Amino acid sequence: MIIILMQQMLNGLQLGSVYALIALGYTMVYGILRLINFAHGDIFMISCYFGFFAAIAFLSNAIPTWLTFIATMMVSMLLTALVAVLIERVAYKPLRLAPRVSAVITALGIGLFLENFTLATLGPTPRGMPALLPNVNYRLGALSLSSVQILIIIISIVLMILLDRVVQKTMTGMAMRAVSYDKATASVMGVPVDRIISTTFAIGSAVAGAGGVLYSLAYPIINPYMGVRIGWWAFIAAVIGGIGNVRGAMLGAYILAFVEVFTPMVLPSSTYRDFVAFTVLLIVLVVRPTGLMGRVTAQKV
Amino acid sequence: MSLLQIEGLTHFFGGLKAVSDFNLELSAGEVVGLIGPNGAGKTTVFNLITGVYKPSAGHIRFEGQELVGLQSCQIISMGIARTFQTIRLFRDLTVLDNVRLGHFAQARYGIRDALMRSGKFRDEEKRIRDKGMELLEAFNLARYAHTQAKALPYGEQRRLEIARALSSNPRLLLLDEPAAGMNPREIDELLERIAWLKDEFDLTIFLIEHQMRVVMGICEHITVLDFGETIAVGAPREIQTNPRVLEAYLGKEVS
Repeated sequence: MIIILMQQMLNGLQLGSVYALIALGYTMVYGILRLINFAHGDIFMISCYFGFFAAIAFLSNAIPTWLTFIATMMVSMLLTALVAVLIERVAYKPLRLAPRVSAVITALGIGLFLENFTLATLGPTPRGMPALLPNVNYRLGALSLSSVQILIIIISIVLMILLDRVVQKTMTGMAMRAVSYDKATASVMGVPVDRIISTTFAIGSAVAGAGGVLYSLAYPIINPYMGVRIGWWAFIAAVIGGIGNVRGAMLGAYILAFVEVFTPMVLPSSTYRDFVAFTVLLIVLVVRPTGLMGRVTAQKV
Repeated sequence: MSLLQIEGLTHFFGGLKAVSDFNLELSAGEVVGLIGPNGAGKTTVFNLITGVYKPSAGHIRFEGQELVGLQSCQIISMGIARTFQTIRLFRDLTVLDNVRLGHFAQARYGIRDALMRSGKFRDEEKRIRDKGMELLEAFNLARYAHTQAKALPYGEQRRLEIARALSSNPRLLLLDEPAAGMNPREIDELLERIAWLKDEFDLTIFLIEHQMRVVMGICEHITVLDFGETIAVGAPREIQTNPRVLEAYLGKEVS
């Protein structure tokens, strides 16, 4: 029993890491624009395709495996960031002064566009992500542990620490927090608000892009609708942790991932996981409406 | 050459003329006041200078360069800074972070440097941190450096607002009612501080004020606005005796 529990803990860590990478994008964009970017799940899906095509392209050349992997990550992160910045410029920026609902509906629309654009151009057939790295299984006593699993957990945690440093320590991160608090004042203090918003989209999506490649290494089936469920789960994770709060999103992501892996152990079927996840969400919102690490804010009237 | 030159500045809010044909010349090193009753359009003039609003007509030139059409952050990085009528600090950031932010326009490294913790990044961050601390010391705020801005007492928050404005290294400082909510003793301190600022940081100061003591005590020239129209320009003594000003604004206080 203990062994199964430990094994599931590991699986939860792996899944939670990927959720966290996606949840960060939701929470950062919400923090700075008060916009729930519902297209983010589909941006994640796009990043998986970028990773897929990059992997195919690099694998056909004889370059070392680890280099292929790094290059695939880089390409996916870069292209995903570009797409997100483009979306922000074209779709969200013109709506910055519009009622918030307009931007949220636009985000939903962009999500649908991305899904259907992918469907139309690449077709509904799921693609299988090629194995970029040799997957070695280690045995730790009775525990089994794959190299991909370790890699996902380590890379995710490193990325999260880096991101946390950027937000907490650098001038850019400080500018992000200032813009998040009061755009008008930040602008009059010399902060280039538009550039900071673009940077936020770029970072949030690049991290999701890394998540996309890591996810498709672990679960190598890519299809145009894969972003929907994962996007929702990452969004719930961000809300549980306190949307707008970077560390909260990471915490929420691991909580949800543990819910997902432990549900089938307790309840008769894994299909109950949505039920349990939403129950957790509701309980958190009842007890702490701003999420576990969210700060209480007064609504401006 | 004049530092700031405003010509025919006009601004409408819908059909309401908030500022009408406003003209002003500021020479380097001057302290100039802008006064007028509530709603006269004083803060609108500041908002037009700093690019918060785009004027309906007119020109604003800073050191000969046109500001109309530029974004706020570009204008600030050219050497103009301002404070606000009501305190608008970043309440959740620390006091030090509030003054570091003003350096943003000048930070010379990108995200990549920050991630790599390159030497350039560390030098720049250290320079900004040191300068921020220097500024806090000059404003007697250093002991609060790591406190959140919202935890400061009111008077310290007002001081921090000015310190934050100076962090972007301006040559022209716009002060919007710096004496609001201050008692006579605090106003005396403020007057001393403004005089000291001007010399220490080599500033030109353009200020909006309601308290006559402040304006009369410190300004070399005064412009009076009423309903967006300029009704008088001159030295403090001339303004005090100008019949139109008395009528619009000073009447009760002087008689």
